[in-house]
Amino acid sequence: MASLQAMTALGAREAAMVTVGSVTIAERVDVALASVAARRGHDLQPAANAAGVPLPGPARYQSGTPYSGFWVAPDMWFVEAPFATHELIADHLKAAFGAAASITEQTDAWVVFDLAAPDLAPLMERLCNVDFAGVSDGHATRTVIEHLGCYLVRQSRGNLRLYGPRSSAQSLLHALEAAALSAC
Amino acid sequence: MSQSHRIPGGQIDRTKTFRFTFDGLPYTGHPGDTLASALLANGVRLMGRSFKYHRPRGPISAGSEEPNALVELRSGGRQEPNTRATVAELFDGLTANSQNRWPSLRFDAMAINDRLNAFFAAGFYYKTFMWPKSFWEKLYEPIIRRAAGLGSVTREEDPDAYDKGFLHCELLVIGAGPAGLMAALTAGRVGRRVILADEDFRMGGRLNAETVAVGGVPGADWAAAVVTELSAMPNVRLLSRTTVIGAFDHGIYGAVERVSDHLPVPPAGKPRQILWRIYTRRAILSGGATERPIAFENNDRPGIMLAGALRAYANRWAVKVGERVAVFTNNDDGLRTATDLQARGVDVVAVIDSREGGEMLSGVRHLRGAQVIDTAGRLGLKAITVRQANGATETIAVDALGVSGGWNPNVNIHSHHRSRPVWDAGIAAFIPGPEGPPGLLVAGAAAGLLSTHAALRSGRDAALAALELTSGPDLPEAEDAPVRITPLWHVSHGKGRAWIDQQNDVTVKDVKLAKQENFTSVEHLKRYTTLGMATDQGKTGNVIGLAIMAELTGRSIPETGTTIYRPPYTPVAMGALAGRSRGKEFKPYRLTPSHHWAREQGAVFVEVGNWLRTQWVPKPGETEWRQSVDREVLATRRSVGICDVTTLGKIDIQGTDAGAFLDRVYANTFSTLPVGKCRYGLMLREDGIVFDDGTTARMGEHEYVMTTTTANAVTVFRHLEFCRQCLWPEMDVQLISTTEAWAQFSVAGPNARKLLEKVVDQDISDAAFPYMGAGNITVCGGLRARLFRISFSGELAYEIAVPTRYGDALLREMLARGAEFDPVVYGTEALGVMRVEKGHVAGGELNGQSTALNMGLGKMVSRKKDSIGMVLSQREGLTDPDGYRLVGVKPVDPNGKLTAGSHFLEKGAAAVAANDGGWLTSKVYSPHLGHDIALGYLKAGDRKIGQRMRAVNLLTGQDTEVEIVSPHFFDPEGERLRG
Amino acid sequence: MIIHHPILGPRDAQEFVYLGDASLIDRPDGMTAGIEEFHEYLYQRTNPAGEHRELWYHEQGDRSWLVVTRNTVTHEITKVELARDVARSRGRSK
Repeated sequence: MASLQAMTALGAREAAMVTVGSVTIAERVDVALASVAARRGHDLQPAANAAGVPLPGPARYQSGTPYSGFWVAPDMWFVEAPFATHELIADHLKAAFGAAASITEQTDAWVVFDLAAPDLAPLMERLCNVDFAGVSDGHATRTVIEHLGCYLVRQSRGNLRLYGPRSSAQSLLHALEAAALSAC
Repeated sequence: MSQSHRIPGGQIDRTKTFRFTFDGLPYTGHPGDTLASALLANGVRLMGRSFKYHRPRGPISAGSEEPNALVELRSGGRQEPNTRATVAELFDGLTANSQNRWPSLRFDAMAINDRLNAFFAAGFYYKTFMWPKSFWEKLYEPIIRRAAGLGSVTREEDPDAYDKGFLHCELLVIGAGPAGLMAALTAGRVGRRVILADEDFRMGGRLNAETVAVGGVPGADWAAAVVTELSAMPNVRLLSRTTVIGAFDHGIYGAVERVSDHLPVPPAGKPRQILWRIYTRRAILSGGATERPIAFENNDRPGIMLAGALRAYANRWAVKVGERVAVFTNNDDGLRTATDLQARGVDVVAVIDSREGGEMLSGVRHLRGAQVIDTAGRLGLKAITVRQANGATETIAVDALGVSGGWNPNVNIHSHHRSRPVWDAGIAAFIPGPEGPPGLLVAGAAAGLLSTHAALRSGRDAALAALELTSGPDLPEAEDAPVRITPLWHVSHGKGRAWIDQQNDVTVKDVKLAKQENFTSVEHLKRYTTLGMATDQGKTGNVIGLAIMAELTGRSIPETGTTIYRPPYTPVAMGALAGRSRGKEFKPYRLTPSHHWAREQGAVFVEVGNWLRTQWVPKPGETEWRQSVDREVLATRRSVGICDVTTLGKIDIQGTDAGAFLDRVYANTFSTLPVGKCRYGLMLREDGIVFDDGTTARMGEHEYVMTTTTANAVTVFRHLEFCRQCLWPEMDVQLISTTEAWAQFSVAGPNARKLLEKVVDQDISDAAFPYMGAGNITVCGGLRARLFRISFSGELAYEIAVPTRYGDALLREMLARGAEFDPVVYGTEALGVMRVEKGHVAGGELNGQSTALNMGLGKMVSRKKDSIGMVLSQREGLTDPDGYRLVGVKPVDPNGKLTAGSHFLEKGAAAVAANDGGWLTSKVYSPHLGHDIALGYLKAGDRKIGQRMRAVNLLTGQDTEVEIVSPHFFDPEGERLRG
Repeated sequence: MIIHHPILGPRDAQEFVYLGDASLIDRPDGMTAGIEEFHEYLYQRTNPAGEHRELWYHEQGDRSWLVVTRNTVTHEITKVELARDVARSRGRSK
């Protein structure tokens, strides 16, 4: 599209991949993200169903192709799609929802880490107050890690996705590494 | 020295030997030992000196209640003062030192205090060192600190890491004695999520220290079997070496796990300790009970211990504290000591039972109705003097004495929400009161149930009640002896000192003195005598002290009452509270999109909140910051400069009521702003004071982008959500922060447009993109971007934004493609210089005390519409025509120096508050003008333009004659930014 | 402290920001009310030892403003409502 070369949140050309003990931390730079907020008095479900955009209930994540979504606030969701095909995710979603929703591109507001380990509970209990072992798969919540407001999506006991503020990507990764070394 | 006092048996691993030193001397011990048990095994009883009198002291307990045996562990950065030797787990290579003595533990020069004890009675600080007042800080306190003290703090940084963590469960069980184990078993077997925490490294509580049988096997074996069963349950988390330190609101408990305290050095990457925050709806306090001594003269000599501690050292650690042992008791429990020690081959010389009718032990000399009235032995017990029932006295040679005054339930955590313990005359002790923390039940000895059977039963029943279960495991058989005690708090005899609180050297005499001086309430007693303060918080001494006060005042103990406990249960290392938040990890950093470029250039960074912003970018040869900043300012004004302004808060505001919403939150009007334009906005607090400012652009019919100051990005967003949800809930407005989503650069200077034309795909001529224009564009062949024609510097300027990942590349591209304009990248200092030259307000002026009128922006507050702060900004005090007004300030002598914070004074006026005319809010050196310039708030300043005054700073001694001028030093007509 | 969020269930109070008395919802209309009325609104507070309705913001959560009914003596929380619902029920509109 343009001649400008992207830089990752960690200041590199390629996504970072770190292994600490049994934990793998993979930075994801291939996720496009946008917020979808219902305009007052609009029900987004019909348009969402038509466009295949999952808008799950509170504290839930729902995956799909190409769109996945999770609840972030009353009448507001974050919707993910592959960056390669949906870099202009806001435009796609505006086309789907029209005047019923306020759409805002969020792709570069966040750094995305996918964490994997046989069991992530020992790591997460050193990082945040989410009852990672107690919640079900598909649980999505905002929480605080290393003083940073993050979104956490549990895919399974051994897999989760973390959205952290992009400008603090290095601090967040450092906290993840230190906790993984400490706990796992 | 060999382990001369080690006897057979015990729960130590004799197959391994640990070497350790105490005060430089080498000793040996075994896995399973504490430092105290190992020292006692080596015949070492003297472990410390007391706080005030420097009396020789040894341990009186075998647990965390220990007041005496405080030592320093390790050395260098890991040196740890005031550690109780009774809970310090032994490891190979441990180095320990005694403290509060000089030059040595055996000969301590400050022991002279002991001879001068008459001068050191309770309250002596208050009476003796009061006058003259100025002597306190310089003279008295340092001397007292040196003479009366605890351990020393290392000056080195702690090399270890401390973690924090969060745990969730359905039932937290605090204490793993018989009650706690039974509770955990009850909940664990039905699959509930249980956390069982115990401060000891071996679970079992008193079962490890006693010889009682449970279910037909030794209690310690039963405990070990239960622990094995629990540890196999995936739903049960066993936390040994973990002290629950407090009960907080709504089912949150704090706990400190000592992960590596029993290791010489933590394994790589592992923490020394973890501070856990435990969330649970139900908890059971099964923390046991603490034995208390009886006060008699010279009852503080090494070798005098709680009777239960003597048993613990013998049964658990296979240590005989002395060769010839006596027991002094007022209850049946004390008698167990004689039985146990005798069974282990220790010579029990006498049992002194203060009761007339106490049970008799066969084969032991038993003195009924007798009391210990004095002891001898300077560095360790050598003899006791006993007064028999008939009044005759007898001196008995012993080297150890076990004292049992009864057991105090560990009610501490139950008191953390201010529940008052209640007196139980049956066991002569306080038990938990009726209103503890919601969801917290109490079981076992902590509830005053002192038999093993009662502990097991109450542990099970508490778990059933907590989890609303109907049946649990069968109870194993165990002793159920009744408590038989006749309280005896202190022995009345002679004029010598009888210690109540050994840690603070509080004696019976001190309580008498407190009474005499009318400090009779328990709270006054505590503060006046220091009873119950410091590391042990009076776990052994408090009840005796208040019982004696009750006796002296003729009140009952319940009438006298008790002080209550606050968290933490035992001392917590500062490191555990700090966790990882120290040094460079104190807080997370936020890096700007240009950070990597700036670092390559050797930029100097400044912390702005969590952001690291470029402060200036030095060029080779520049040795002083002003050289760099002056160059950046001049180059920008001459040609073009680029500044990373990503840190400014950006909020996306959409919805059909977005414009109306902005009209409410801004003092000026935004609903009339055309699409494709932006406007400076002034945001007030409801009290009429300026909250924040920034430019807001209308990107579409129902779509605005607001910018906030860097500092207020979070608070403005919070405020907008408040307005949206709480004040005008029916407005159709949606908010989301996009601060981090866009990399935004200010491009300023006469050549700003020419430079941007090199990267922007569209026509941005003055006609196509006029002053205050805003819109979506593309750059470098199609990348989505935003352009705003706004200026903070007073130059022709734009702010250009691209998705953050392209920010670094855009900066490099602008510098490369615009090289012919010799662009400069400027930092926050140059930004500050240029905004002061233009008279724009920022941090120093947006100080949370100033109104729009003060800033010269009073006309911006529209009264044609309702907005936050509009009404109260009209208050009399805020509209005073003689109030502060923003002015520019320049020195009359161009070489004169200005300082922010200096105050305005009329010529000839004395530098006193009554003459104060206002102050300088921001000061810079203007390279353009060649002298210092400043902004300031001056009373009636708008009518003083052209006048001469003084800027006086009493801190720096500056007294500079200044001229009051317009705050617009540079291009006051604004011709450049419209160019 | 734990606040039982009406949508998200029990959440640690660490995630919230406290503002103050829930009466801040009852803002007078600036076009009709004068300084006196705004003064009452902004500054005059009861300071009860007991039940208190107060505003908490779930900043590190879903950004809901909540009205929390808390006993200032015991810290017991007896009711938690979405502030938007409370505002609507008190007749606030646009």
